[in-house]
Amino acid sequence: MTSTAVSHKPVRWGRVAVHLGCLAALLVMLYPLAWLLATSLKPADEVIASLDLLPSHLEWSNYSTAMEGVNDVSIWRLLGNSLLIAGGAVLGNVISCSLAAYAFARLRFRLRGPLFAFMIATIMLPHHAVLIPQYIIFNQLGLVNTYWPLILPKFLATEAFFVFLIVQFMRGLPRELEEAARIDGCGPFRSFFQVVLPLTRPALITTAIFTFIWTWNDFFTQLIYLFDPDKFTLTLALRSFVDASSTSAFGPMFAMSVIALLPIVLFFLAFQRFLVEGMASSGVKG
Amino acid sequence: MTTTAIPTETKRVTATAPKRRPKREREGAAWVFLSPWVLGAIVLTLLPMAVSLYLSFTDYDLFNPPKWVGLRNYVQMFTEDPRYWRSVVTTVTYVVIAVPLQLALALVVALALKGMKRGKAFYRSAFYAPSLLGASMSIALVWRAVFNDGGTVDNLLGTGGWVNKPGWSLLAVALLTVWQFGAPMVIFLAGLQQIPAELYEAAAVDGAGKWRQFVSVTVPMLSPVLFFNLVLQTIQAFQVFTPAFAVSAGKGGPADSTLVYTMYLYDRGFVASHMGYASAMAWVLLLVIGVVTAVLFRTSRSWVFYASEGDR
Repeated sequence: MTSTAVSHKPVRWGRVAVHLGCLAALLVMLYPLAWLLATSLKPADEVIASLDLLPSHLEWSNYSTAMEGVNDVSIWRLLGNSLLIAGGAVLGNVISCSLAAYAFARLRFRLRGPLFAFMIATIMLPHHAVLIPQYIIFNQLGLVNTYWPLILPKFLATEAFFVFLIVQFMRGLPRELEEAARIDGCGPFRSFFQVVLPLTRPALITTAIFTFIWTWNDFFTQLIYLFDPDKFTLTLALRSFVDASSTSAFGPMFAMSVIALLPIVLFFLAFQRFLVEGMASSGVKG
Repeated sequence: MTTTAIPTETKRVTATAPKRRPKREREGAAWVFLSPWVLGAIVLTLLPMAVSLYLSFTDYDLFNPPKWVGLRNYVQMFTEDPRYWRSVVTTVTYVVIAVPLQLALALVVALALKGMKRGKAFYRSAFYAPSLLGASMSIALVWRAVFNDGGTVDNLLGTGGWVNKPGWSLLAVALLTVWQFGAPMVIFLAGLQQIPAELYEAAAVDGAGKWRQFVSVTVPMLSPVLFFNLVLQTIQAFQVFTPAFAVSAGKGGPADSTLVYTMYLYDRGFVASHMGYASAMAWVLLLVIGVVTAVLFRTSRSWVFYASEGDR
């Protein structure tokens, strides 16, 4: 308990080496992000010509150019479109997946075993096996080039992964609570809404965060379903730069990339505890 | 538990219905909860799978009715379409490079962080961040620029732009996946923390060194998690799309060297409007992923160790 004890601690070189290694790895890993930020602020002539990571002066005009948007569609519109799709997906997944999860985790019904096995199997199902007929269905319904194909499936619990995640969580809740609720006269609906759902909040938050980030980042589905530039999301607008990106548009392109990443970064900073732990307990790939 | 003890103030709890609601009613409730999922499973999963199987035996361009051609699409795919085989080889190469590298890195970093007292939470989050950002178009565009002619990698290694070199472009795509090792790392870390410290103590008492402890304690105890990561990452790697699309400016080039399977599927179905052919490709992908998963499960019997059997 003497205060001098601190100075006698031996330096653990092994531990120092591990920290140095981790920091070095981190530098390499964070380089692309630093590069992105630096390039978004570089004047056009320095993007390729200069080897320095830091720009000679900060070219904020890249951001004002990016704010003008792409194909005469303002960035606010693009942001709004992305938000609408991601928000709809979050709502859909949280509602439909928690309903299905409750049935699988807590209720008894015929075919429960086989249906649960089927649900698990669809986690491994490659999206492409159902992609084309889904496209045809939405095409027949006249819904291609609308947001319905991107949002509607989420209301039908098609992302089995989240059903599984919530089932796992619900199974960990003590049964006594529901039994008590039942004795108090609660039917399955009231015990779901008033007892189980509030307790499932951590799993629901994990579902919401991952749905938001995955939908926000999604490219393939948006690529096949949306055509009109004014319906584009930020991701699709960025894609316009893919085909023809001359060096002169580099600055604005990466300024827009930064803007597109901003919501994810903010989400990450705000919820990283939930995210990393939700991940560890369930095994999500980002 | 005796319902008779409950005072009969509430009419609903009558002596003749002592236990619970009738079973049928509870079963009905389950189906209400399940209904969105059932609808989705039928309309958006089972039906589309059947339709896609049917379409794979037809010529279909979205505008004219499908025309039955039997095995024509499959025959063409396997025997007359060099670009198809190109995409198969590209995808398999990518999977074989990206998945083991990613998992090895994830394991090494997880082991490094395992015993750490200070800074662990910080590193864990920092290494995980690319897993979330990396799936985006933004990062894929950065990747293309960094690996391009005159980009950072060219400047450092003097290799020229990997993006424009047929032999190297796929490596750039694979490295983007490897960079996202944070997700499996977090799972490894969670797995490592589950290993009881007594096992290591017992091993140390028996005279096992660090390496011996790793081989005899860590590896077997971690094998279920390793297996989980392997299956998950392999399945996902077979479906890679966005990085290959961005790095090759949407073309799968140079010389089709980044034309991964899903990109060729997109090209056949949604660019060339050969929906029948694309459906056949989708079904082969489904079967291949099924077979690969089954093989992984089969081989796992010899190396995956479950502390409590049947507890999967």
